[in-house]
Amino acid sequence: MAKAGEVKVIGGWPSPFVMRPRIALNLKGVEYELLEEKFGAKSELLLRSNPVHKKIPVFLHADRPVCESLIIVQYIDETWPSTGPSILPSDPYDRATARFWAAYIDEKWFPSMTGIARAQGEEAKKAAIDQVVEGLFLLEDAFGKISKGKPFFGGDTIGFLDIALGCFLGWLRVTEKTHGLKLLDEAKVPGLAKWAERFCADDAVKGVMPETEKLAEFAKLIMAKFKAPPPQ
Amino acid sequence: MAEEVILLDFWPSMFGMRARIALREKGVEFDMREEDLSNKSPLLLKMNPVHKKIPVLIHGGKPVCESLIIVQYIDETWGHESPLLPSDPYERARARFWADYVDKKIYLALRTLRPSTGEAQEAAKKEYIESLKVMEGELGDKAYFGGERFGYVDVSLIPFYSWFYGLEVLANFSIKEECPKLVAWAERCMQRESVAKSLPDQYKLYEYLLERTKKLQAQ
Repeated sequence: MAKAGEVKVIGGWPSPFVMRPRIALNLKGVEYELLEEKFGAKSELLLRSNPVHKKIPVFLHADRPVCESLIIVQYIDETWPSTGPSILPSDPYDRATARFWAAYIDEKWFPSMTGIARAQGEEAKKAAIDQVVEGLFLLEDAFGKISKGKPFFGGDTIGFLDIALGCFLGWLRVTEKTHGLKLLDEAKVPGLAKWAERFCADDAVKGVMPETEKLAEFAKLIMAKFKAPPPQ
Repeated sequence: MAEEVILLDFWPSMFGMRARIALREKGVEFDMREEDLSNKSPLLLKMNPVHKKIPVLIHGGKPVCESLIIVQYIDETWGHESPLLPSDPYERARARFWADYVDKKIYLALRTLRPSTGEAQEAAKKEYIESLKVMEGELGDKAYFGGERFGYVDVSLIPFYSWFYGLEVLANFSIKEECPKLVAWAERCMQRESVAKSLPDQYKLYEYLLERTKKLQAQ
């Protein structure tokens, strides 16, 4: 069992990547301290703990840092193997499948989603939206094959791939709201749409998924900062 | 009865080399099938419909894609007495972090360097060397990245060594001068049969790079 004060997460409430280790810790019932980073100013502790990338989340276990959100999730699963559900599947092929889709989400799908906000002009925006929808169809198909009729990618309980994808639901909703879209459309991706509801309602997720309103406000703030002229 | 193992591959690919090394480290017999990337086989398109890329490991008819995922799969499926990943969770996290660094920083720096010329090439060279120096710092005085034993991080990085000679000639620099400890580590790895068999001849690779660079620069 972790001693009090031994487990910390350096992060920020809006970051989907920070959500990942938090959900994992909640699944394992491990208490942790969240060290909230201020947006736009990196703390000494962060720079010291992640000198290579200088990014959140950073996981501190008895002051030893672990970086990169999915690496942290695997570390949590391996460090607390007998408390709470297994996060990674036990079969090597299933593990490879979960890792494959998590990599797809990080390298292709999530960048395509942020691509909607970055698109210049109507045509580019439509192309960006099409890419996201195409990705959702792939993920819908993957969900069907991997869950095998169970509520989550991980089966009866939330697993690695649920965490990898589910952390982006808040930002997905902001994107839908901001651009007047329905991406997680029950008519088009019914499996994922229902999965999303179950994921957000889960005890391990409820407390860490930010409200769409609050996230939308934050999004406006950072867009304004990026568009503002640089200080002289 | 052992299930058939096929590797869809392309001889200059560093990612393919990772899979070859891991299979050989475990003593797994496999059928290496060379792909023509300008004319991808129906098998490749069927086994990796999402990315349509090599390497793809096909084990008993089931595909595994993405080189580091393949290496982990190989490690978890065969030769549990000689694991590539350490057993301690913290050391495993460290190994995964550095393999990820190779993909995120070193490979990206390499991709920028390859087609570049003139001033852009000088900047790209600097980035590439910087990223190698960070790895060299992480290696320190250890024999391998994991310590005494050849492992996951070594597998992820050593394929890059086969490209060193070609890059040095094309971009006019000496990696040995900039990163002597890293080159010493690479030469140590090359003593292993699994590595020597899996990396192509550096001159052959130079010719390939020359041809490809001319094509890329013409675009």
